[in-house]
Amino acid sequence: MSVAWPERSGDPSKDFALLRARIPYAAYLDIQVNASDGALRFRLPFRETLIGDSALPAIHGGVIAGFMECSAQMQLLLTMPERRLPKNIDFSIDYLRSGNPADCFVDCEVMRQGRRVAQVQIRCWQYERAAHREATQRTRDIALARAHFLLATEVDAAASG
Amino acid sequence: MAQKGFLEALRAHYTRAIPHAHACGMQIVEIESTHAILSMPYRDAWLADTERGLIHTGAISTLIDNTCGVALMAAIGQFERIATLDLRLDYLRPALANKTLHARAECFRMTSTIAFVRAAAWQDDRDEPCAVSQAAFMRMPLKPAK
Repeated sequence: MSVAWPERSGDPSKDFALLRARIPYAAYLDIQVNASDGALRFRLPFRETLIGDSALPAIHGGVIAGFMECSAQMQLLLTMPERRLPKNIDFSIDYLRSGNPADCFVDCEVMRQGRRVAQVQIRCWQYERAAHREATQRTRDIALARAHFLLATEVDAAASG
Repeated sequence: MAQKGFLEALRAHYTRAIPHAHACGMQIVEIESTHAILSMPYRDAWLADTERGLIHTGAISTLIDNTCGVALMAAIGQFERIATLDLRLDYLRPALANKTLHARAECFRMTSTIAFVRAAAWQDDRDEPCAVSQAAFMRMPLKPAK
């Protein structure tokens, strides 16, 4: 059976909390959301167990990929009339820099939403570490990715059993 | 042979060097210069959808990314820094709750600077993978090559 998500309230923070409670992997990563000017920004709070290279140290590339995939999925659920968890068809990520041991942020853009498939562009970034730049906090991109999602339709719901 | 000693060292030290792999309970099942197989036991935390019992693709990506790194280290045969340039994953079929995930990766082309690695992840049957991937890595030798 398909999962029907609760009716959205229109308050992104509240809706996000409801969604996250239903996606254990999102809760495991401890993904947070910030909604301002109608745009959603996802945040992955840093913790030691997310490290993939203790020599640098750097955040695990798989964690960054998982965070980006999960954010894209939530972006679709929070901004589209989608009522079921979209299925990830494929995911392609380019790593630009290693992730510092600090919070990561993700901005998503749904480039196309068809009847059955959606394409999402995903950008993951961090703030520069230099503390004296606080007034004009500069950012550095960590990774760029894109994903295709299969959206639930009546036909799929019947076919996927 | 030095190669064998290196693989044993890799097997012994890799979880300490990769805290997240350790946190996820990943284990090296097989490690050879030609390939690596890792497994990751099921946890409820990996789920995307509790009602349908589907594992989140992010958990699969993490296992695959990690397995590719281990396979590449094994292929290189000595400690060296590597960085993933890109990784593409195709999710062929859903991964289900209560089953261990396995991944096998092999480096199929390596130059002094770049390596290409492909991998597959499965649960019950290796011939029915839930995901396949291809990745490019950059090699950063600790000492400049002569």
